[in-house]
This record gives sequence, structure tokens and C-alpha cells, in this order.
Amino acid sequence: MNTPRNVLVVGASVAGLSTVESLRRKGYHGAATVLGAEAHLPYDRPPLSKQVLAGAWEPGRTQLRTEAELSALDAEFVLGDAATSLDPATRTVHTESGHAWSADTVVIATGVRPRTLPGQDGLEGIHVLRTLDDALALRADLLAASRLVVVGDGVLGAEIAATAAGLGLAVTMVGPQPAPLAAQVGPLVSSLLADLHTAGGVQLRLGTGVSGFTSRRHHVAGVCLMTGEVLPADVVVVAVGADPVTGWLAGSGLTLDNGVVCDSRCRAAADVYAVGDVARWHHEGYGTSMRLENRTNATEQAAAVAAAILGEDRPYTPVPYYWTDQFDVKLQVHGLLPAAAEVTIVDGYVTAGRFVARYEQDGRTTGVLGWNMPKQTRLRRQEVADALTEPVPA
Amino acid sequence: MKISIDQEKCCAAGTCVTIAPEVFDQRDEDGVVILLLSDPPADLQASVREAAGVCPAMAIRLQEEA
Repeated sequence: MNTPRNVLVVGASVAGLSTVESLRRKGYHGAATVLGAEAHLPYDRPPLSKQVLAGAWEPGRTQLRTEAELSALDAEFVLGDAATSLDPATRTVHTESGHAWSADTVVIATGVRPRTLPGQDGLEGIHVLRTLDDALALRADLLAASRLVVVGDGVLGAEIAATAAGLGLAVTMVGPQPAPLAAQVGPLVSSLLADLHTAGGVQLRLGTGVSGFTSRRHHVAGVCLMTGEVLPADVVVVAVGADPVTGWLAGSGLTLDNGVVCDSRCRAAADVYAVGDVARWHHEGYGTSMRLENRTNATEQAAAVAAAILGEDRPYTPVPYYWTDQFDVKLQVHGLLPAAAEVTIVDGYVTAGRFVARYEQDGRTTGVLGWNMPKQTRLRRQEVADALTEPVPA
Repeated sequence: MKISIDQEKCCAAGTCVTIAPEVFDQRDEDGVVILLLSDPPADLQASVREAAGVCPAMAIRLQEEA
């Protein structure tokens, strides 16, 4: 396999940036171009729902690299120009402005876009949170508001609810699950999260869906629940998940199925790779295809893609990992936490507000979750990794 | 190579310890990074560069000798 003369990365967030950085660390000296839909230099998203929304950080602090570091990377950044098509045969990408870019290797890193609800378009005061601009617009509205309804009971919705409660707003969280993050962490931990949010002043209106919104002069005034109840709101955040940004790849011939479908090497076609939130690759350890929307996967997968581009032939088999901060609690999750898993506290105490929980299914450790015990949780990551390398019983 | 860490920025992900356990550790109480070696020997420098590059909080800074 030949080292490419040039690499074109479509997407200028952490996965795209990290791919170029990893290529350079591995000694790649060819040309690198990074196309970004947003006008901003690469920035970090996890702080948006926490430090940036809270106002604890200046927006500039989210920038992933200084201008000096970016210039040392010797890559061309073309920002504010979204890709509109890809021809995998010639590895040519067209952009909104009408430009065409070609390279020996193309890396797709276009991420995800928040889902919206019917009836939210055209109404002021209803937000999603994905970009820095989203976070700043939401913060500006929160500062002038007193009642926030968060539609969404997953990680992002729970973080926004906690941050807004900290800003002094009356916050209500709405979602279909019995407790926050129920599908992600199971009944024990989600009930602790429900207690945490209630104690922090967040009203939980869970276990019901949203049927629409009420408005006054084109501005949202309330959220209608399936139960018929209407929750008054000055501001609403919709955090009901996100979809991979693959619309621009329609007609490319690449397989698209809730992400860009890749082999175990994160390859979507010859000399075309996908990385980060947008990539659905075959995880050989789990024997299934997988797409992870988390910060650490973006950098880890970028390293795997860089290695594959430079000719290494190894499957990408990470132990999935994410963290979330809500109020004074840091949750860390290594591996997977299936709903049917048996949960055992293996370190610390639930009552002490510090513990590590092990999730087991069919006698195998599928994941570990830490509640304010990051180090002790990481020390058990190996249990998850070991179980991954054991053959899966038929 | 000189390493400096920013404990205030650190988000306790522990990625650096997984990559370079000879150089980084975490505090028992909150998982924040601890530097074991600020001047790592040559054979550890590649993994230190990797750790600094993938740190999700950008809390590890390196000063490479010219």
C-alpha cells in the first residue's frame, strides 16, 4: 500500500482535526486539507452544555488548538463551506460555494445534527444544542428567561437541565423514560439521577411524550404533553438525539444506514474512511456494527483511521467510553450497559455518593459505571476489555 | 521534552493514564491528573505525545526541545 500524496478531511471538529494530528504524529508528510461547514476553527463540544452555557468559560476557551498549533500542523483549513457531494471513485468533494476538492484519500467526519420536533420550526425561543453558536444563542435566551422546559431525558438534556437550574431558572425536564438516562444506565443509576435532579431543583415530568407547542406572537409559550397538560415555558430546548450528517452523500454510492457504513478498518470504500459521530463501523470485538457519539471515540477512532490510511491492517475495537457531569456528579461509563445487565456495586457506597457499579450479562462484564470515582472506575476498564477479547458464545 | 499539566482543566477522563501509565496517574479522590514524570525518557515520548494529543480536556502541554 502506498502512502497517499494528499488527504482530504470533510469535517473540522474533533474527529477531523484529530485524524490530521494523528497522521502527523505517525510521520505522514503529505498534504492535508480540512473542510468545515462551520466558520469556527475546531472547537470542543462537551463544554457547550456545561461551562459555556453556564458562562464559566469564554467561548474562545473551547478552541481545540491555538493558531500556532494549527499552523504547525501544516494543514489547510477551509471553513464555512459545507460539502455537498462526494464521488468515491475520484475522491472528489464539491462544496456549497461551488469548489471541488480531490485527494488520494478522503475522510468523512461530518458528525451529527440534532433532531427536531414537528412544530418547532418558525417558533422563537425553541433551541437545539450542537454548535458553539447554538450554545451562545441558548445562553442569551436563558439569561432573559425564568422558565425553561427541556424536552429530552438523555445525557445532553440532563446536562442542560442541571446547568440551567444552576443559573437559577425554573427547569422542567420532559421525556418518555421513567428517569433520566434510563436507557443508558439502567434503573438503579437513573433513579439516583432522578433524585439528584429533583434535589437540584429540576422538576421531572417523565414518562410522557410531547405532542406540540403553544405560542404567542411567534414565540414559544408552552410545551404540550401527550397527557393533555401544557407546561408554560419562556424557553424550550429540544434534546431528543441527533442524526448523522449524511445527506450530502446521497448518490455517492456509499452505504448509508444510520451513519456511513464502514468495515472493521473504518473504511467506507477504497481510500474513503469515516470517523467520529458519523461513522458506523464493524466492531469485531462485539461482532456487530456500531456508531458512537462521544468525545473520546472521536480521537480514538481518528488514530485508528490515521493508522489505516498509512497501511496498518488492524480492526478498530475500542472499549466505548463517555462521561457526563451533572450538578456535582461525574459519571464515567466504560463499555456497554445493557438494560438486562445485573448491576453490582464493587467499590464505594451509593449512600456515600461515590461508587463503582459493574454491569454483567451472561457472566461477562459488559461495562463499569463510576459515580464520582473516576480513577477507581478506570481501574476496572480492563475487566471490560478482557471480556471483549473472549470469544462470544454462540 | 517537558510536560506540564493543568489540573483545573482536567476532566478526569483518564485517557492519558491508559496510554502512558508510567507518566500520568489520577488522584484517588476526584480522578484529576497527576504527573509522575515531567521530563520523560526518550522511549516514553511517543506515548506522551499521543496522550497529549487525545486528552479530551487539552490539559496536557508539551515543550519539545528544539
